[in-house]
Amino acid sequence: MGVQGLKDGIAAGRLAADQYAENFSDLHAPLGRHEALVEADRCYFCYDAPCMNACPTEIDIPLFIREISTGNALGAAETIFKQNILGGMCARVCPTEQLCEEACVRMEAEGKPVQIGLLQRYATDEAMEKDKQFFTRATPTGKRIAVVGAGPAGLACAHRLAMHGHDVVVYDGKPKAGGLNEYGIASYKTPDGFAQKEVDYITAIGGITIVNEKLLGRDFSLPELLDGFDSVFLGMGLGGVNALRADGENADGALNAVDFIANLRQSDDLSTLPIGRRVVVIGGGMTAVDAAVQSKLLGAEEVTMCYRRGKEHMNASEFEQDLAASKGVVIRHWVAPKRVLTEAGKVTGIELEYTALKDGKLQGTGETFTLPCDQVMKAIGQTLATDGEGVEIAGGKIAIDEEGRTSNPRVWAGGDCATGGEDLTVTAVAQGRDAAESITRFLQSA
Amino acid sequence: MADIRNNFVGIKSPNPFWLASAPPTDKAYNVERAFKAGWGGVVWKTLGEEGPPVVNVNGPRYGAIWGADRRLLGFNNIELITDRSLQINLQEIKQVKKNWPDRAVVVSIMVPCEEDAWKAILPLVEETEADGIELNFGCPHGMSERGMGAAVGQVPEYVEMVVRWCKQYSRMPVITKLTPNVTDVRRPARAAKNGGTDAVSLINTINSITNVDLDLMAPMPTIDGKGTHGGYCGPAAKPIALHMVAEIARDPATYSLPISGIGGVTTWRDAAEFMALGAGNVQVCTAAMVYGFKIVEEMISGLKGWMDEKGYATLDDFTGKAVRNVTDWQYLNLNYVTKAKIDQDKCIKCGRCHIACEDTSHQAITKSKDGVRHFEVMDDECVGCNLCVNVCPVEDCISMIALEPGMLDQRTKKVVDPNYANWTTHPNNPAAKTAVEPAE
Repeated sequence: MGVQGLKDGIAAGRLAADQYAENFSDLHAPLGRHEALVEADRCYFCYDAPCMNACPTEIDIPLFIREISTGNALGAAETIFKQNILGGMCARVCPTEQLCEEACVRMEAEGKPVQIGLLQRYATDEAMEKDKQFFTRATPTGKRIAVVGAGPAGLACAHRLAMHGHDVVVYDGKPKAGGLNEYGIASYKTPDGFAQKEVDYITAIGGITIVNEKLLGRDFSLPELLDGFDSVFLGMGLGGVNALRADGENADGALNAVDFIANLRQSDDLSTLPIGRRVVVIGGGMTAVDAAVQSKLLGAEEVTMCYRRGKEHMNASEFEQDLAASKGVVIRHWVAPKRVLTEAGKVTGIELEYTALKDGKLQGTGETFTLPCDQVMKAIGQTLATDGEGVEIAGGKIAIDEEGRTSNPRVWAGGDCATGGEDLTVTAVAQGRDAAESITRFLQSA
Repeated sequence: MADIRNNFVGIKSPNPFWLASAPPTDKAYNVERAFKAGWGGVVWKTLGEEGPPVVNVNGPRYGAIWGADRRLLGFNNIELITDRSLQINLQEIKQVKKNWPDRAVVVSIMVPCEEDAWKAILPLVEETEADGIELNFGCPHGMSERGMGAAVGQVPEYVEMVVRWCKQYSRMPVITKLTPNVTDVRRPARAAKNGGTDAVSLINTINSITNVDLDLMAPMPTIDGKGTHGGYCGPAAKPIALHMVAEIARDPATYSLPISGIGGVTTWRDAAEFMALGAGNVQVCTAAMVYGFKIVEEMISGLKGWMDEKGYATLDDFTGKAVRNVTDWQYLNLNYVTKAKIDQDKCIKCGRCHIACEDTSHQAITKSKDGVRHFEVMDDECVGCNLCVNVCPVEDCISMIALEPGMLDQRTKKVVDPNYANWTTHPNNPAAKTAVEPAE
């Protein structure tokens, strides 16, 4: 099959074979030793460092950077993993420009923060490449805990529980562990099978059994888990997808962005992945950006992100928006989908309505326009796939307290499925880790 | 435009920046390049006596310490004096001087501490028509084991004796280069003066081991598993050199003895500082070895610019101007009270001033105000120590502000006395005198 280039409709193989590898390579090249040392030298080793306070997992950033600067990258990795066992993935996917790097005093000094994310990656890569493990299991407690979901929250929880000597069984609905790290994050942020390497690194501590393709609500219930385990941690994320509630959204060519990304992440050969010549992505979050950018990278000629509010309301970070723009994605604000246009069951375009805030409420202005397209991807948020299985729900998520406890005294929750997070990997890790500590305290006192 | 022409003990050069006796001045090739780059003079790398030249190690001969981004801060060497034949050096010196009549060419010499050895080499050097000689009484490694270099410089009697021979057997100006590896640098300086030296130059390098190879368990630079102390220099040595220059400049016994300042000079500002403390010119080595000869352009333009700004028309206008302000601790004004002040607009909130003060000093800097990260000096705790200024990464963010006489020092609850008063009359001093001695 030759290069399909500008072929109308939805087609695979729009690019030359070698273009795929180039398009989907590492977004940020890792730092070499020299670069890491130069960058580490920029850190001021602040007192009560703002970067550390801005990190949801409270990694001691000045300390680990100082360790890098003294040639002690493994010590740096230990400092990171102590707080965040998924420090490797967070180094790749954290919106650092809104977290540690935004808080860096060098932002105030010269508008150029220390590249904390890249330094974190430098240290954690070193440890993972050398397969250096820093943690061992405590004396076995004989306690068994079920973790639902092998994503960031579940893995962080499982690791910390295993450290404390408990036995952990992690159930996950997908064939592979990793959750959104494996299925939901843009490929260029975590190439070369990093998500699975990280799962292996985390589970190497021992005491963690992962059971794949077992879904809560389908294959087992919460009461069943509670029968077999001392405690349960729910970290299954958001399995449902919000609907557009627009005509034609089930036509051929209309799809969920999360499914598109998951397919892409699992594909062995990107040239076989079909992509529209013209793609419209509905939504303004990270998932929308990931879908839009990757559509472009697969060879779509025109990719338009449509968001119903203004730039300032977008969940996607400034960096993500710039990234999308730099890849040729057009972002349109203040437009909402009204109708997916179809012909013979296939998507041919989308009708959008301009929106505006009136008295603080988002409203359509009545004025519409049409964007011709072959594919419409929906990225307007995800929902909890279960009814909570008996634990209390608040605002569509499992209600938890600051320790991750749910309304059931033997059930904890964290990550995207629970309240309190920000739908970030790093907050999921923090919640999973803290829940493990809470579970341990509970089991010790029981 | 400021005139930076230099006249050092009658040796004239277009600017006060000389290259010190060291690898950059070992051959005509390097010296020609230096003169083309604009250096005012050179002190040719030390010549030894006639005969088989010295040999150098064939492994690493330099060591270093670094600051941020591997900026070289301190440098060390175990190289010996020139390892080229005396005759070749003399021929090259003669030719270079002929090619560059407006530049200073001074020849460094180190021969055994015997009258005949000096008597033999001096006419040979004089024949080159070089402008002067510098006596290497400083090298701390290798040659000192053979009774030369620092081994001479550490014994004032030897210094005086050799200087006397040089003045006796040569018409050339004599600059005596001093070693810092002594407890009181004024003693060899006085000895050199007593011997009739025209000037002293200092400092030569400091005994040092820069680092240890923790795999080999050997000092660096390491030669086949062993190391030896070398001579330390570079920016990190500058404070030691400044102090020694100042001590000689303000010593009544050597007052007005010309000094060529050496030790970590890297920028025009370093040079101006040496000269303010009494040096008639400066010699540079490490900075040139790190960055190449081009740095002299910055030194020339920087010095001229600063002199213009300050209204100094010639080098003499500021040379030695800071000497009178170097005094002993006992004469410092104890009624002078300062407080640190943090410029909140410049503060980047790194908190280093706070933690330095909190952990290691006087607990005088806040960490928050109204629950917000905020660093501010508490005048009732601040002793004015300047630590916060030194650890702050932002220049001019923290300043030391002197309290005006009559103002209340919030810490001591005393009104600032307008009168100068020092330790010599302080009531806590058991040896207090009644009258105040002024600073020198």
